[in-house]
Amino acid sequence: MLRSRIIPCLLLHQGGLVKTRQFKEPKYVGDPLNAVKIFNEKEVDELMFVDIDATAESHEPNMQLLRSLAVESRMPLCYGGGVTNADQASRIVATGFEKVSVSAAALVRPALIREMSEAIGSQSVAVTIDVKANRLFAGHTMYTHNGRQKHKQPLLEFCQQAVLLGAGEIIINSIDRDGLMEGYDLDLARQVRGAIDTPITMLGGAGTAAHMQALIDAVGTVGAAAGSMFVFKGPYRAVLINYARPPRL
Amino acid sequence: MIAIVDYGSGNVSAIADIFKRLKLPHTITRDHAELKVADRFVLPGVGAFDTTMRTLKESGLIGVLSDEVQGRGKKIMGVCVGMQILGDSSDEGVLPGLGWIPGHIRRIDPSTINGLPKLPHMGWNSVNIKSDSPLFEGVDPERGFYFLHSYYFDANDSESVLATVDYGNKLPCVVGSGNVFGFQFHPEKSHSNGMAVFRNFSLL
Repeated sequence: MLRSRIIPCLLLHQGGLVKTRQFKEPKYVGDPLNAVKIFNEKEVDELMFVDIDATAESHEPNMQLLRSLAVESRMPLCYGGGVTNADQASRIVATGFEKVSVSAAALVRPALIREMSEAIGSQSVAVTIDVKANRLFAGHTMYTHNGRQKHKQPLLEFCQQAVLLGAGEIIINSIDRDGLMEGYDLDLARQVRGAIDTPITMLGGAGTAAHMQALIDAVGTVGAAAGSMFVFKGPYRAVLINYARPPRL
Repeated sequence: MIAIVDYGSGNVSAIADIFKRLKLPHTITRDHAELKVADRFVLPGVGAFDTTMRTLKESGLIGVLSDEVQGRGKKIMGVCVGMQILGDSSDEGVLPGLGWIPGHIRRIDPSTINGLPKLPHMGWNSVNIKSDSPLFEGVDPERGFYFLHSYYFDANDSESVLATVDYGNKLPCVVGSGNVFGFQFHPEKSHSNGMAVFRNFSLL
């Protein structure tokens, strides 16, 4: 049976790994290559890297770093951050990453999703969408540039458009819940699951394996991604790379 | 010596890294002389069927590989799209494949899959081993392998289906005919099961 994917999501910032809270207060948690080695030993399902500087500082993906991570990795890899064209996506896949994620560039120019799927195949194209819950009415608003730039298009409409253009996976990242470790936004997960039929991955809020199980119970086979719970231990957020996962998987 | 065929598609370095961990002699190469002295081959491949086939054609390696595999009976394993191009043709493209294992590459029919998600088939799935081939020595079929695809190898001869995966229908995920083998999943990204497959292939 196809199983849910439990995915550590690691943020690249100034050459190291960091973890944020609600996209703020980046805290240094270690070296990316060392993290890959530890996660290899723990036999993780998938690993995701996001360069949080790339779009904000308009720089290209760091191919040299990606190559060194891919050579070391015995698990499937996804990269996001600063991807603006299909040629970059092809080069990232050539370094040994299985999936390439786009966000800001696809919101500005959705045709990029089609160009990428033609170049590397739909199965390798992920679209990551950062969202915040609206305070005044139900629903969520899409953001890019580390939560600083707001987009008007309704979230579910963009999810459907992305799938029609060839996205193989939609990754939803909740800015409100980032780093809080209080659980996923399950209503949001249900809404997205109901809108499209491709694989989806939820990120933002997971603090325990039970939170991941709750997500799986809510939407079925899913990608359950997390940052904090795989890099911190205990109430004082001591850095300890670990791979706690729901026991039933 | 195992030659990982470096024709410009697929994850050659991750595969080489596995052989390095297994302490097995290997090389990443597109050099004809080196391919001629190798005793077996790994054919990687990612992306669309036609793009992969065109890249292989432009590399100028089809002739030498064909001589060694078809002519001299050396063993080869195709991985992911490197497996699909071992077939005759694909729903995904118009170019002919290598035709070393008779079969057609079909798109998975999403209507056969109960519930969500549908396509692509993404993640870890168990496999059903259909043969007593030593390729599966030490493989835990329940733990399975990492899959990432929307097309599968529909082999003409059911004898050449060595393992299947349940995704809607039972889809062939390992095929083999004589000295030619293909793996739909990513053994280079499937931890200990993947390592076992590469080790077993090296001993065939």
